[in-house]
Amino acid sequence: MSSRDVVLARVRRALADVPRGEGYEDPPVPRDYLRVHGSRTPEERVALLAEHLAEYRAVVHHCAESDVHLLIERLLAQHGSQTVLVPPGLDPRWTAAAGPTRVHDRAASTARELDSVGSVVTGCAVAIAETGTIVLDGSPDQGRRRISLIPDHHICVVRVPDQVVDSVPQALERLDPARPLTWISGPSATSDIELDRVEGVHGPRKLEVVLLSEG
Amino acid sequence: MSGTYLGMPAFPAAAASSTQDARLRGNLRHATHTIRDKRARAVAELDDWARLRAAGAAVKDRTLRHLDHYLEQLEESVTAAGGQVHWAADAAEANALVARLVRETGEREVVKVKSMATQETELNRALAEAGISAYETDLAELIVQLGDDLPSHILVPAIHRNRGEIRDIFREQMARWGRPAPENLSDAPAELAEAARLHLREKFLTAKVGVSGANFMVADTGTLVVVESEGNGRMCLTLPETLISVVGIEKVVPTWQDLEIFLQLLPRSSTAERMNPYTSTWTGTTDGDGPRTFHLVLLDNGRTDTLADTVGRQALRCIRCSACLNVCPVYERAGGHAYGSAYPGPIGAILTPQLRGTASELDASLPYASSLCGACYEVCPVAIDIPEVLVHLRERVVQGGRVTRRGVKTVLKPAKGHAAERAAMRAAGFAFDHPGVLRTGQRLAARTRRLHPRRLPGPGRAWTDTRDLPPVPAESFRDWWRRTRGEERTT
Repeated sequence: MSSRDVVLARVRRALADVPRGEGYEDPPVPRDYLRVHGSRTPEERVALLAEHLAEYRAVVHHCAESDVHLLIERLLAQHGSQTVLVPPGLDPRWTAAAGPTRVHDRAASTARELDSVGSVVTGCAVAIAETGTIVLDGSPDQGRRRISLIPDHHICVVRVPDQVVDSVPQALERLDPARPLTWISGPSATSDIELDRVEGVHGPRKLEVVLLSEG
Repeated sequence: MSGTYLGMPAFPAAAASSTQDARLRGNLRHATHTIRDKRARAVAELDDWARLRAAGAAVKDRTLRHLDHYLEQLEESVTAAGGQVHWAADAAEANALVARLVRETGEREVVKVKSMATQETELNRALAEAGISAYETDLAELIVQLGDDLPSHILVPAIHRNRGEIRDIFREQMARWGRPAPENLSDAPAELAEAARLHLREKFLTAKVGVSGANFMVADTGTLVVVESEGNGRMCLTLPETLISVVGIEKVVPTWQDLEIFLQLLPRSSTAERMNPYTSTWTGTTDGDGPRTFHLVLLDNGRTDTLADTVGRQALRCIRCSACLNVCPVYERAGGHAYGSAYPGPIGAILTPQLRGTASELDASLPYASSLCGACYEVCPVAIDIPEVLVHLRERVVQGGRVTRRGVKTVLKPAKGHAAERAAMRAAGFAFDHPGVLRTGQRLAARTRRLHPRRLPGPGRAWTDTRDLPPVPAESFRDWWRRTRGEERTT
């Protein structure tokens, strides 16, 4: 008998008390929990996102579409990056004014090559106001998972209010499980020393979120 | 500590020495009290916490009641998404399987994401015996590994170490494993985190094989979820060419939508955050992004035995948040090592004796490692009634009974150490059934009350080690009643 058969047979014997014919969807799950905690206007939703991002030490910037290239140029200069990693589908206007050399992620780029890059600019798939979370799904404006991981400085652009949802349940509805997802809530952190939170371990130690509005 | 749980003493003996360790007590008190209030605040933010908790428990119960179905569905989804699914009936099988999968890549090193399942199977030891070096990358696991120590907490395995001890371990041990600690390393947490970053960077950039666990596996989509803080998880899950995930079979949830419950319950219960810094989800393999080969090892190792117990089964709902450890007065004082297992604290006290059985003195002692105060049940995000299972397991230890071990139904003999307790209970049962005997006994006890010792002799001594024997009144309640009101009623 294979281990698979052994384990499944054990499971079935262990469940002898479950009535035959009980459906896989039984007993039903009470889903009377809230879809959203509170009701907000789009502006309030964006404000809450900004507040929660900042609480976990992400640096938040508000910006109009027409000025985003200038903001990104300034952020890169402030961080002192010589190079900036750009996913293939990123709006080229966003980095049009950037001083640092643009590095395009290629399939062949090794982790070590990416480690020498100073900053990365990405879009996002969705942002969650209640938890201060941005989610990347590997779309062309976000690139492979590794590019938002290895550089120490991540600038993430969120289109507001369209990409902002209130809650975790709403975010999951918008996301495609087949894509590899990365949920990011603030910069890398740890609670491993005396259960107190410290920012900055392996992921980007500086996370800047640009809340981009039209116009 | 020698890096293994084998041969550890029973809980009372281990706790008797750990509770004398003033530094350990101080470290644990500081850490658990820090997190307690924060958790309460994070939970209070959600008005619907009780409903989320009920829903989380219901999803887990439903999954457990049809576990065979959901495991087969998961296997199908993961395979369809490009993953390879393996099954392991016990720890030895899982470890041998992982060692073989690593060898097949031609590599001799793996980077590891913190995983309770591989702590449980003691995978690192098995890999070392197979000539494979496993590098723990979670900060606390790194501290434990460098210090040749054992984990003592589910979330923060090095909770028994304070910042000064961590600095000493880094200074003394990092060079042995790779990049040494920076000169003049202080005990500031930010500097310690930076030292870990530098030490592990090289390992991440060159790793070809990653080993992880998972917090959740979604049956209908084949998606695995890892919830973490530092980014070491993201490194291990995305940079290597091969990813091997060892996951307990109870970690499956039916649908993608079910994550909306657990991704709210887990971070707030665990690190008291609205959301943990990083959550990674992956479904099989993705062209051009992340590992090209993905192996999922589904681990039983006593879970089906636990499932067979209709009362104890609820322990399999556990999402390893560790809130129960942080509120437990026994854990806070005895520390995690006294529980002799990867799963310490209240959840460990009900999980370990079910996963491993109660044959050893240590495992039989675990259901007693509690004052039954119920704080663990109150904070549990999936409403595991830990006190109920503790009492159930105590009954099992004392009385024996039908259990399942390694998939085989068997009858457990009553434990030896409880013969006096059983005799006393039998005598009490007889007396309560026979009013004449009870009356005679009570009167005899009342008359001899001046002769009663403050401490019990023989097997009863353990009970009076920490308590005075309650004084027997001059007259029993029943006699008093008969003498006063009883007569009134008859007239």
